[in-house]
Amino acid sequence: MSFLITTAQRIVYAALLLLAVVILNFILIHLAPGDIADTIAGDMGGADATVMAQIRIDYGLDQPMLYQLWKYLWGVLHFDFGHSFFFNVSVADLILERLPATLLLVITAQILALVIGTLLGVISARRPNGPLSHFVTLIALFGYSAPVFWTGIMLLITFSLWIPIFPVAGMQDMTIEGGGLAHYLDIAHHMVLPVITLASIFLALYSRLCRASMMEVLGADYIRTARAKGLSESQIIYKHALKNSLSPVVTLAGLQFSAVVSGAVLVEAVFSWPGLGSLALQSIIARDTPTILGILFFSALVVVIGNLLTDFVLRLIDPRIRSGR
Amino acid sequence: MNKPILRVEDLTVTLTTRDGIAPVLDNVSFSLNAGESIGIVGESGCGKSMTALAIMGLLPQPVGNIASGRIWFGDEDMVAVSDARMREIRGNDISMIFQEPMTSLNPVYTIGEQIAEVLRRHQNMNRRQAMVRATELLDAVRVPDPARRVRDYPHQLSGGQRQRVMIAIALACEPRVLIADEPTTALDVTVQAQIFELLSDLQSNTGTAVIMITHDMGAIAEMSERMIVMYAGRKVEEGTVDDVLDNPRHPYTRGLIACVPHIQEVVTDQRQPLVEIEGIVPSLSEFGQNACLFASRCRHVTDQCLAARPPEAQVSLQHHAACWHAEKLS
Ligand SMILES: Nc1ncnc2c1ncn2[C@@H]1O[C@H](COP(=O)(O)OP(=O)(O)O)[C@@H](O)[C@H]1O
Ligand SMILES: [Mg+2]
Repeated sequence: MSFLITTAQRIVYAALLLLAVVILNFILIHLAPGDIADTIAGDMGGADATVMAQIRIDYGLDQPMLYQLWKYLWGVLHFDFGHSFFFNVSVADLILERLPATLLLVITAQILALVIGTLLGVISARRPNGPLSHFVTLIALFGYSAPVFWTGIMLLITFSLWIPIFPVAGMQDMTIEGGGLAHYLDIAHHMVLPVITLASIFLALYSRLCRASMMEVLGADYIRTARAKGLSESQIIYKHALKNSLSPVVTLAGLQFSAVVSGAVLVEAVFSWPGLGSLALQSIIARDTPTILGILFFSALVVVIGNLLTDFVLRLIDPRIRSGR
Repeated sequence: MNKPILRVEDLTVTLTTRDGIAPVLDNVSFSLNAGESIGIVGESGCGKSMTALAIMGLLPQPVGNIASGRIWFGDEDMVAVSDARMREIRGNDISMIFQEPMTSLNPVYTIGEQIAEVLRRHQNMNRRQAMVRATELLDAVRVPDPARRVRDYPHQLSGGQRQRVMIAIALACEPRVLIADEPTTALDVTVQAQIFELLSDLQSNTGTAVIMITHDMGAIAEMSERMIVMYAGRKVEEGTVDDVLDNPRHPYTRGLIACVPHIQEVVTDQRQPLVEIEGIVPSLSEFGQNACLFASRCRHVTDQCLAARPPEAQVSLQHHAACWHAEKLS
């Protein structure tokens, strides 16, 4: 019962947070100099003041900002994010078309980083001075200090020039016939490099943290109890120690969710991945305010949902959090 | 009845510290008969827990090692057996209860699961059978409402209840030896008495041999037939509880007994002052010297005490004391 109440509470907080994000984004975008009228005028090779004013009236930009904000919020509530000036379609449609590609990238990278990072952390915690542990420390340091775009570009160069086994741009090969398995395999093939690029930083982070928390847990009294029961080493590690050392890793993964999303923007740019990131780039250049606002909203939504999920998983792992203590 | 089930022979355990390698147990020998209960007493840092952990094969790694000696369980030397065999013995034939009930249970599994797990490991039970048995065991260690409590997590239980769960885990497979390392030190006084009573009832019901490590001389007097006094990694006195308490031959034992506060029936103005043994246990780096390690705190000290480690003087058939002056101290 209390579980339902806390879950409901979280969802209300999340909704309030989203509202705040929408308002803040709206204000920030409108404070920035320049608007769609400037862009259109620019495209037309200059326009006089009356034409500019007419454009502003057409797009409702002459109204007071508070009124515009209210209209926008009312729209968002009805899943209406306005109309894209630049692409000339509804923003919601535009984003929903691109969102899956980004989600695919973000979720795959996050899961991959979590699973492999945890595994490396566990292995290196078992022999903190072994060669593997040092190797993990090294790649962790490397993965953490290399910027996403640099890693991306390096991989791109390597795999386009020297070992061309992975595609370096786009999400699918248009020449591949037929749907089904061939189609999914093709997407997976295209995902390899972007996912590795995006996962590398987070993998490094998670493996370091998992190593540290695992080492701490392995010294705990209840691990000694598990040994005293005569359990095997793998039961001790994977049943008794791992579940306890996961909490900090999952917490960090939740906190990093926003970083993964913004990392995805860069990775998409490097690998021409047709997701929200490349859309964001285009619409910023075009000063397509409704699209920018829509993208910001959906990014925030992804982060908020990611955090809700993290919270949920933490509750599953640790009964002490579940009972609210 | 008098056949030893566990025999510790000349056991020396070393700890590798920053200051070097020190013998945290120095040539310790004793034996435990089937169904018997012996007590081990001594101040903190005397090596009582190390004795227990050495028997369990759970010395802190990688610092703790058995340098020499044998630990016979039946006719197997547990110092030499394989890790796999040791895991079969642990939790099944020999179990241990720890000093820290608050942290000795895994916070993320139900107590039912933590009891059932050891049954599945050693008794070939399936999940259902093990859970049913776990509930029975909770009842046996007098946790109220066991059918509901099996699904509780450790943080929902008090310290005393958690220690009962630890006892249930330790006794689940009806071991032949139970080592209880200060099982009540971390608990309230009222709970302490209950836990001792529970342990002593369970022992008489199951016939498990018990090594009871404690500060509580009263509990030892009640539960144990024989007792061992340890000081600075050495056994300094051993004998039946009656012999040792009535006729202690080592000055350290005398000090320990004198320290037990006596409750006066009538509270008078002249309350007896609390007694203590002056000085402290030497630090680990001083263990292992060829001298009596208690000498610095002893009123009876002579040159001989500083010159050589005292051998075990036999006071009577079962009563020994490692003191140069054991004869005189009657
Ligand atoms: N993990 C460890 N590393 C180093 N020294 C330890 C460790 N555990 C115990 N010691 C030292 O070993 C000595 C004996 O400890 P212990 O057997 O726990 O004493 P007791 O149980 O009698 O209080 C103490 O001096 C203690 O400081
Ligand atoms: Mg101890």
